[in-house]
Amino acid sequence: MTFTREKDFGTPAASGEAVSLTIDGQELTVPAGTSIMRAAAMVETDIPKLCATDSLESFGSCRLCLVEIEGRNGYPASCTTPVAPGMVVRTETDKLRKLRRGVMELYISDHPLDCLTCSANGDCELQDQAGAVGLRDVRFGYEGENHLEGCKDESNPYFTFDPAKCIVCSRCVRACDETQGTLALTVDGRGFASKIAASQDEDFLSSECVSCGACVQACPTSALIENTVIEKGTPDRAVVTTCAYCGVGCTFRAEMRGEELVRMVPWKDGKANHGHSCVKGRFAWGYARHNDRIVNPMVRGSVDEPWREVSWEEAIGHVAREFRRIQNAYGTRSIGGITSSRCTNEETFLVQKLVRQGFGNNNVDTCARVCHSPTGYGLKTTFGTSAGTQDFDSVQHADVILVIGANPTDGHPVFASHMKRRLRQGAKLIVIDPRRIDLVRSPHIEASHHLPLRPGTNVAMLTAMAHVIVTEGLVDEAYVHERCDRDAYAEWAEFVSDPSRSPEAIEELTGVPAQEVRAAARLYATGGNAAIYYGLGVTEHSQGSSTVMAIANLAMATGNVGKEGAGVNPLRGQNNVQGACDMGSFPHELSGYRHISDAETRALFEKDWGATLDPEPGLRIPNMLDAATDGTFKGIFIQGEDILQSDPNTRHVAAGLAAMECVVVQDLFLNETANYAHVFLPGSTFLEKDGTFTNAERRIQLVRKVMEPLNGYADWEVVQLVANAMGLGWGYTHPSQIMDEIARLTPTFAGVNYDALEQRGSVQWPMNEAAPDGTPMMHIDHFVRGKGMFVVTDYVPTDERTGPRFPLLLTTGRILSQYNVGAQTRRTANVDWHAEDRLEIHPHDAENRGVRDGDWVSLRSRAGETTLRAKITDRVAPGVVYTTFHHPDTQANVITTDFSDWATNCPEYKVTAVQVTPSNGPSDWQKSYRELAEASRRIETAEPAE
Amino acid sequence: MMNTREHLIYMAGQIFRNFASRGEEAAVSATAEHLVLYWDPHMKAQALDILDDPEIDLPEPVRAVFGKLRVAA
Repeated sequence: MTFTREKDFGTPAASGEAVSLTIDGQELTVPAGTSIMRAAAMVETDIPKLCATDSLESFGSCRLCLVEIEGRNGYPASCTTPVAPGMVVRTETDKLRKLRRGVMELYISDHPLDCLTCSANGDCELQDQAGAVGLRDVRFGYEGENHLEGCKDESNPYFTFDPAKCIVCSRCVRACDETQGTLALTVDGRGFASKIAASQDEDFLSSECVSCGACVQACPTSALIENTVIEKGTPDRAVVTTCAYCGVGCTFRAEMRGEELVRMVPWKDGKANHGHSCVKGRFAWGYARHNDRIVNPMVRGSVDEPWREVSWEEAIGHVAREFRRIQNAYGTRSIGGITSSRCTNEETFLVQKLVRQGFGNNNVDTCARVCHSPTGYGLKTTFGTSAGTQDFDSVQHADVILVIGANPTDGHPVFASHMKRRLRQGAKLIVIDPRRIDLVRSPHIEASHHLPLRPGTNVAMLTAMAHVIVTEGLVDEAYVHERCDRDAYAEWAEFVSDPSRSPEAIEELTGVPAQEVRAAARLYATGGNAAIYYGLGVTEHSQGSSTVMAIANLAMATGNVGKEGAGVNPLRGQNNVQGACDMGSFPHELSGYRHISDAETRALFEKDWGATLDPEPGLRIPNMLDAATDGTFKGIFIQGEDILQSDPNTRHVAAGLAAMECVVVQDLFLNETANYAHVFLPGSTFLEKDGTFTNAERRIQLVRKVMEPLNGYADWEVVQLVANAMGLGWGYTHPSQIMDEIARLTPTFAGVNYDALEQRGSVQWPMNEAAPDGTPMMHIDHFVRGKGMFVVTDYVPTDERTGPRFPLLLTTGRILSQYNVGAQTRRTANVDWHAEDRLEIHPHDAENRGVRDGDWVSLRSRAGETTLRAKITDRVAPGVVYTTFHHPDTQANVITTDFSDWATNCPEYKVTAVQVTPSNGPSDWQKSYRELAEASRRIETAEPAE
Repeated sequence: MMNTREHLIYMAGQIFRNFASRGEEAAVSATAEHLVLYWDPHMKAQALDILDDPEIDLPEPVRAVFGKLRVAA
C-alpha cells in the first residue's frame, strides 16, 4: 500500500430513510440524518472544513464549510445541516469562496508561517484547506495580538502540544469526550483567550489524559503531533495490520518511512476498534527495535554457562538432537511445548502440530491455562462452545451492563471507550469487583451498583443473584422453556432457591449488603437487554470454571443469550488467547475444541499429517512442572511465553525448569524463563510477519508484515525449521497455506482463507457452509450444544485462608500502561506512567502496620516473599491488598500459590493470603534472583577473526 | 509446597468437592470421568499407584474416585 490518507467524510454516517437531494447539480440519495457535508463527500465533493471529522459529531465552529441552499437564507454550515428531501445545495459560489477565504485569513493571521520546516508539512489539514480555499494573502498582517509565543508541552513521551499551532477547533476536546470518554481536555478561557487545557491546566503527562492518541489523530494541524513524526518525518507508505497487545484486536495503519515505522494510526474501518486506540497499541511499539532484542540463536551446555551465539543451522540441529535424545532416554512423553497467545494462529497451530506429530504426544499447553481456560470449560459445558457470544458492537444495544472481575478501562481500554459511550447514553452499570475500578465512578459515568465482594466469593455472589431472580419470579420462563434443558433448569432453580443461598445468608461471607445484591439482581433481570462482561477476576480462582457457569446460568435464566445487547462476553487478556485456544493448544483438544480421545477427529488429522496421534490427553503446564521435578519430563519448547514471571508460585516454576535437560525458549528478548534455558531462538515481532490473530469476539484479522524480521525468520518459519530437523518434512512457504490446513481440519474454520480475509477485512468464526459470512453473534435460535445447560454451582470456598500469620488477601491485576509481564511495554516510554509494581493497601491496614505512602513493604505469603513500595488508597477494601505483575524485579508471582481452578488448573492468582510489614530492602529471593538473572544473561564474546 | 502425589490427591479431592452437590455416587463418577478426560497417562498411573500404596491415608472420596479410574482404565 502506498501512502494515502483515509477518506474523511466530515461527519459520522447516519442510518435513516432514504432522502434525495441535489448538490452542485448532482442528484444523490442518502440516509436521513446525513449532513450536507457528508452527502457531498459521498459524491466526491469535498467541502472545505477544519472543525469537522467523521469520527466526531458535528460542531459547526470553524465556519469554513458554509454552503448555499436554495430557498434558505444565509450560509449554513454544511456539517451541522442535515439533508432534506428535494434540497438543492451549492458548495462553490463566488460568495462562498470569498467567505471561506476571509475565515481562513483569520486563522492564518494567527498561525506560524513555518510550513516548510513544520513536522506536519504535507500532512496538515490547515495547509490543505488554505490551498483549497485559494488563500493568497492575509490582509490583516501578522503583527497583531496572537498566540505564537505559547510554550510547547513536551511532557508526554509520545506527543507534543504546540499551542502556537492550535486553531482551537475543539476536535481534540471532542475526541477526548466522544471517542475516548475520559474528558481530560477542555477549552480554557473565553474569546481570544481560549486555549486547549489538559485537566486543570496541567501538563499532559500530569493530567488525567490516558494518552490514547485520539486527540492527536483528530488534530487538523500539528498542534498535537506524534514525536516520532517530529523525529523521523512524515510517512510515505502504510500497511493495515492488527495490534499485538490485548484481546480487543485493534487494527492499525502502520505508517512507514522506508523500513522504519513512523507511527501506528488506528484504522477507521477496523471492526473491533472503529478508529480508536490506547496508549499501548498507538504508541508503545518501540520495543520492536529495542537494543535488547536478541537476533542470533544461542546455545549453552548448562544454565550457569554464558550464552554462545551460533548459526541457525547449529541451533536447530541442537534442538532436534536434544529432543530426540531425551525421548530415547526417558520416553515419548518426556518432552512438550507451550504455544504463545502473542503469536499468530498459524504459529500456534504449528507448535501444537510439532508436539502432536513430531513429539508424538499431547504435551502442549498455552498461556490460556493461566487466564481463560475456565472460560473454555464453562462456556462449552453450558452453551456448547468455548467462546464469547457477541461482537463488541453489541454493547451499543445493551440496557444493563454487568462487569464482573474485569477492569476494562485498564485491560481493554478501546472496548471500554465503546462501553462508556453506551453508558453515557443511559445504559445502567453493575460492577462486581473487590476493588473500586475506574468504571465505578468516572466523568459522566457512575455504576448503579458496585458490589465490592471479598475475593474468592464470586460463586456465592452469583448464586445469590440467581436466588433473587428465581424466588422473585424474574426468570424468563418462555425462553428457558424453549431454549434450555428443562430438567437441568429445574434442578438448578431448586438449588439456588434454597434460603441458604439468599443474599442475606451470604452477606457475611461476601461482605456485600444483601439489599445491594437484590437490587443488582433485579436490575440485571428486568432492565432490558443485559450483557455480562468478565475477565480474569472471574477465571483465576479455585472456582473459576464454576463462576463462568454461574454467569452462563444467569444469562440463560433471564433470556439474555442470542440477542443484541446481551450475552456472556469474556474479555481476553492477550491478543490471540482466543486463537491459541481455537488452534488446539490445550493438551486434551485438537483445533476447534474436539477432544483428543475422539477417534474420528484424530483420524482426520492422522490422514492429513501422516502420523499416528496419541489418544491420551497430555500434560498441562503445572503438571509439566510437577513431572519435571519428579524427573519424568525433561525437555520443553516455549514459544513467546515467560512462564517464570507469569505463572504462579515462581519457586515451583523455577524448580521445574531447572530440573529439565533441554529448555528451548523462543522470544524477542532474554526473558525470565530464558534464565533457565539451554537454547534461545530469537523471535519476530508482529510487525515482521504475516498471519492472523483472533480477538475476544472470535474475529479473525490479518497481521501483515511491514518490515523484515531482524532475526531473518518469522516465528512460523522457525517452528518449521525445528520440525524439519526432526524429520517432519513440512513445506509451507506462506502462512496462508497453514490457514488452509486449519480450515480443512477444523469445521468452525472451514470457510476461512486469506482471500476472504482480504476481501472482508475480518470474519468471525464459525465461518463455514452453514455460516458463509461468519457469525457475529452465537446461539441466536438455539445453543450450539442444542439446549442450554444449567449447571448447579455449589460454592466451595478456596483452601487459601487468611489467619493470624497471613491476615490480608492479595489480589492481582494489570494497569493501563503496562501489558502482562511487561516484556514489551517495559521497553517503551510507558514506564513513565508505571515504573514499578506497587502494593495498594487501605489506609486502615496501612495505619495498623505503620506504613506510609511510598514506603517499602515486605509482602509475604506461605509461598514466598517480595518487597515493593506501598500505595495507600481506599480503592481496595480493608483486608484486601492489590498489585500488578509487570516487573520482574518485584515478581509478584513469588507470592501466589499453587492453588488452582478445580476443572482446569487455572491458577488462583486472585486470592492469596498475605502479610504486609514495613521493610527496608529486597527479599532474599529478590537478591538471589537478581544475581541469577545477571549471570544467566551473559553472552560469550566471539573471538575476532584473524 | 505439595509434592506431586499430594498434589494429585488434592486435585482429585477438589474436583470431587465441586461435584459433591450431585450426591456422592454421581460425584465420584463425574470426578473419575474428569480425570479420564483431562489427566495425562502418567498422572492416571500415579493415581493408581497411590491407590495401591498402603502407606497413604487416602480420603475416602478420593479412594472411590481412583478406584473408579482403575475400572475405567
